[in-house]
Amino acid sequence: MRRYSAFAVAREALRYHSGWERAWASPEPKKKYDVIIIGAGGHGLATAFYLGKRFGIKNVAILEKGWLGGGNTGRNTTIIRSNYLQDPSAAIYEKSRSLYETMSQDLNYNVMFSPRGVIMLAQTHHEVRGYQRTAHANALQGVKTEYIGPERVKELVPIININGPRYPVLGGLWQDRGGTARHDAVAWGYARACSDMGMDVIQKCEVTGIRRESGRVVGVSTSKGEIDCDKLGIVVAGHSGVLADLAGFRLPIESVALQALVSEPIKPCMDVVVMANTVHGYMSQSDKGEMVIGGGADGYNNYTQRGSFHHIEETVRALIETFPMISRLKMLRQWGGIVDMTGDRSPILSKTPVDGVFINCGWGTGGFKAIPGSGYGMAELIAKGSSPLTDAFSLNRFKEGRFIDESVAAGVAH
Amino acid sequence: MLMLECPYCGVTADETELSPGGEAHLTRFGPGASDDEFHDYLFMRENPKGVHFERWRHAYGCGKWFHAARATDTLEVFGTYPAQTTKPPQEILDKISAKRPGWTWRDLK
Repeated sequence: MRRYSAFAVAREALRYHSGWERAWASPEPKKKYDVIIIGAGGHGLATAFYLGKRFGIKNVAILEKGWLGGGNTGRNTTIIRSNYLQDPSAAIYEKSRSLYETMSQDLNYNVMFSPRGVIMLAQTHHEVRGYQRTAHANALQGVKTEYIGPERVKELVPIININGPRYPVLGGLWQDRGGTARHDAVAWGYARACSDMGMDVIQKCEVTGIRRESGRVVGVSTSKGEIDCDKLGIVVAGHSGVLADLAGFRLPIESVALQALVSEPIKPCMDVVVMANTVHGYMSQSDKGEMVIGGGADGYNNYTQRGSFHHIEETVRALIETFPMISRLKMLRQWGGIVDMTGDRSPILSKTPVDGVFINCGWGTGGFKAIPGSGYGMAELIAKGSSPLTDAFSLNRFKEGRFIDESVAAGVAH
Repeated sequence: MLMLECPYCGVTADETELSPGGEAHLTRFGPGASDDEFHDYLFMRENPKGVHFERWRHAYGCGKWFHAARATDTLEVFGTYPAQTTKPPQEILDKISAKRPGWTWRDLK
């Protein structure tokens, strides 16, 4: 693989850009792999990447029924933060955030990580106490966050209305090393790195069956034929329940639609990410100038990748009160993704009842930020059967009462 | 927008008038149940890509709880029926079978 660099850009400029290679290969599947990962979104590709990088397991295929990063990796609002309450969450999300800092160098692919800072607004006294508690917890976990007052919020976000009639801004939880990244580039960068290691990224290859013998996985049936494997990683977000069904076990997960939208592009007006969990809305400004807006998930099971209009209306209504300036903005695009929600709003990274099958799911409304950390831990789980990053997130935690309860800490916007 | 007909007051309500209540026809397990039964009752929900049976409440209307049969992959509604039953009425099952031969949900088909 030719490396991307300033020199490469100059070289190609002198020869009509005729020398750029394809970023990744599109091979046909082999008969057998050591590990098959189902799902070429961020989490699946990161898992494969770290299998190769950390454990030298490179006979790996990543199967994708659609196209690279065409699911939730391409449908989120690209927010990266690690200000969670519980220790296992802080560990994996902070690992992830720190990996984002060097991802462009690690992958030789510009993922445009922008550590612009994330504020979660406290708009009720309950939230003030909650975020102060989170700030203290983060201090103990080694995650740099601080609780700030309304004056500092106004200083960081001049366009905010801190004296809203119903929910005035009382303060906020500020993580100055959080931010955003280019979501597609994360998938593309990992795909390129995986392909470079000799792994097969196979698109338009839908898994239709998971073959087992004596309780152990032996391969998968796909739209491109039978493929054998020693180990199988299921990393498919909203469709986790469908794949688990093929493997013969159940998951404590429900799939619902989560929507986002962007406005027409405007001049730079807000250089941090603002999340307002009480009123169900969050917003940042993309490099193109669009205001990127997200809100709450729909309330009922849904696989259609489109959500209900009134959720957009609620989100926008809340944000207009918080940012009066945006009231006349036109909205350009709206889309939905299917998110996999667990009871405690924490992910599942776990062995399963089927030997050799591992699952990484349940990231719900907040998976993008976790991509590198999730892959880092999941690769270790698949290679060694256990990982300090993932062990707390096992499937049996529900039965054992070891919840990692982030439903309160994370609020709705995750 | 999803619209459901309330089987009690007969109003065809927009989803803004309704509250979703999750999976229908759950068997409650409590004291005396095994760990597995209690775990499944609390956490294991049907999550089909296809036919699903749910509870809804006509929250901003007559206030009654009712059931709906719906497809999660197309948002098609097969019908609604009152809450005082442990399984869907045969006419709704027949309607689903006519449209989706081979469907299953728990032990229904």
